[in-house]
Amino acid sequence: MSEESPSNSALRSSVETRKRVEASLGARYRRENRFRFFGLLAVLVSVSFVAFFFVSIISQGYTAFTQTYIQVDVYFDPDVVSPDGSRAPDVLSQVNYSRLIKDGLGSMFPEVSGRKPKQLLNRLVSNGAIYELRDRVMAEPDIIGSRESLWFLADDEIDAWFKQYSRGDDADGAARLGDAQIGWLRQLVAQGRLEQRFNTVFFTSGDSRDPEMAGIWAAAKGSFFMLVVCMSIAFPLGVAASIYLEEFAPRNRWVDLIEVNINNLAAVPSIVFGLLGLAVFINFLSLPRSAPLVGGLVLALMTLPTIIIASRSAITAVPPSIREAALGIGASPVQAVVHHVLPLAMPGMLTGAILGIARALGETAPLLMIGMVAFIVEAPQTPLDPSSALPVQIYLWADSPERAFAERTAAAIMVLLAFLLVMNATAVWLRSKYERRW
Amino acid sequence: MLKPMDTQYGFIGNRSHDPYVAGRDTLSKEEQDGECIFETVGEVTSPDPIISVRNCNVFYGDNQAINNVTLDVGRNEVISLIGPSGCGKSTFIRCLNRMNDTIEGARVEGDIRLDGEPIYAKEVDPVLLRARVGMVFQKPNPFPKSVYENVAYGARIHGLARSRAELDEIVFSSLERAGLYAEVKSRMDEPGTSLSGGQQQRLCIARTIAVNPEVILMDEPCSALDPIATAKIEDLIEELRQNFSIAIVTHSMQQAARVSQRTAYFHMGQLVEVGATDTVFTNPIHRLTEDYVTGRIG
Repeated sequence: MSEESPSNSALRSSVETRKRVEASLGARYRRENRFRFFGLLAVLVSVSFVAFFFVSIISQGYTAFTQTYIQVDVYFDPDVVSPDGSRAPDVLSQVNYSRLIKDGLGSMFPEVSGRKPKQLLNRLVSNGAIYELRDRVMAEPDIIGSRESLWFLADDEIDAWFKQYSRGDDADGAARLGDAQIGWLRQLVAQGRLEQRFNTVFFTSGDSRDPEMAGIWAAAKGSFFMLVVCMSIAFPLGVAASIYLEEFAPRNRWVDLIEVNINNLAAVPSIVFGLLGLAVFINFLSLPRSAPLVGGLVLALMTLPTIIIASRSAITAVPPSIREAALGIGASPVQAVVHHVLPLAMPGMLTGAILGIARALGETAPLLMIGMVAFIVEAPQTPLDPSSALPVQIYLWADSPERAFAERTAAAIMVLLAFLLVMNATAVWLRSKYERRW
Repeated sequence: MLKPMDTQYGFIGNRSHDPYVAGRDTLSKEEQDGECIFETVGEVTSPDPIISVRNCNVFYGDNQAINNVTLDVGRNEVISLIGPSGCGKSTFIRCLNRMNDTIEGARVEGDIRLDGEPIYAKEVDPVLLRARVGMVFQKPNPFPKSVYENVAYGARIHGLARSRAELDEIVFSSLERAGLYAEVKSRMDEPGTSLSGGQQQRLCIARTIAVNPEVILMDEPCSALDPIATAKIEDLIEELRQNFSIAIVTHSMQQAARVSQRTAYFHMGQLVEVGATDTVFTNPIHRLTEDYVTGRIG
């Protein structure tokens, strides 16, 4: 032990101070570098997860945006279409149009005989082809008796084979097709009777058991109705509640209690809101099941706390000097809020609302509780019609056994992600456009 | 808590013959900290008051910010309120247009009259009151709207203009009176926030006088401005006195001396001394006032 007292040792010369600082510098910089490295590592890990996610979704799903069509020579045989010469719509709608396709395919492959091979041959064309034919004939009955080469949706297995074949992959090995079918397909390819086109069906039709006829339109429309209902309820309510809480509510225990509850509600699992919707809207208020109206109401309940929290912070961010200025020249408190605080807080409120809505768009669990998980082909005409929603459609397709639904699931996810990206981009754009400096 | 000073110091009890600290060179700690009750010295009343305040007390929750202040604001006079930070000057003028109403937990007691009408009476609408008693704040706070809209806003909400031409008239004449018209006449549609600090403050003054109030309260209007902008505002105050009564809070004693006819010195929530500005600055009665104006405290 030295004789120096602690207070003496603390009074070091400036040289000593400098030495000690220098000695500690290395460790400090090492610590800083370590910290930066871990930060960078965290960013890289998250980015690589996102990249992996996008790559896997896009690589699985991009093929769904094209669809194979098959050309068949159809003879609108008067004996089949209208044996008695009648062209009344109720007669034309009852015709056995599959005969026309069978006959067409039969004439293209005259060597095929026997019941089983003929069945296989007919399965090259999608089940939806007969509806196309019916619509065609009913639209222009004069076509009866003529011959025409028509392009029909190919069956999903054919579609899968042709996509792989055109990519140069081992289509035959992967396909669940017999040798005979593959032989016909090669013949069709040689004749130029197979073609890939943009898959408009995917964007314009509703759900179907046949993957080649399944689309997201009905689900997207259901989601759209839900978001409209959700937005038109949650946004005004949320803004009104936040204005009241921030600007007018007295500070007391009840208001504190309400605030704590709003914050807690924002963290409640969404399925609980689904149960609430089931109990209140369907069981108690007897609103229709599976309806976008109910879905929208449930999602509104779910997004309300998020919107209130975002709106309140937007209101708090408006400097008090603006309120004082308005009050100081005799604006009433409501005028001060409506004329000055609200316009300044609006971009922040909209940002919060859009992020809340974006979350609502991707929400599945509460919709399962209110029956929106049903198989629905028709697109809803009003918010009261039974409907599905995009995330529910994804869930349903992901559950389907047909291979072609896998690529459609990924494609639907891509569409959903595109919507989310557009909404988030809108939020960012709104924020930067209307952000004011005081 | 406030307690009456021992009578030997001559504040309470023997005020009849010796209202100030005559013959004493030092102030006790209680006096400096304001922990005793001062008797206001000087002329608190005005022969022609537009605002008269009697025994005003203001509390923020349990804290008393203003203690028993009695003061008149005369018609067409500029009265400046000076005193160290936190002495209650701003709180006091915010009582005069009931801006303290907007602060949670603030409570105002006492009798405050505008032209003889008690402004804290139940039937008085603070919105109307604030149209009659305008306010200019410490930091220029134009609305993030155009220059024109800033000035037009008050006239619009009070329905002062019946036509666009009348509104133009109000806006342009207010800007003219605020000495800003020449500088902004080509920039009417630009945001008020794009003006310089001094211009912004004059815009706020124009916005206030567009409503044509009887009294204008100014809460340190120049504290955020440079000397040139300050000089402009001071000239403006001198002109505005022809038409308005003005109460101005200021940290600058030179400013108080330049612009005001009367000066009130506040100390720890109490009004210590009021008088003609030159008397207060050259020959103060109270020892605390003297210490403040000579720069010994503050």
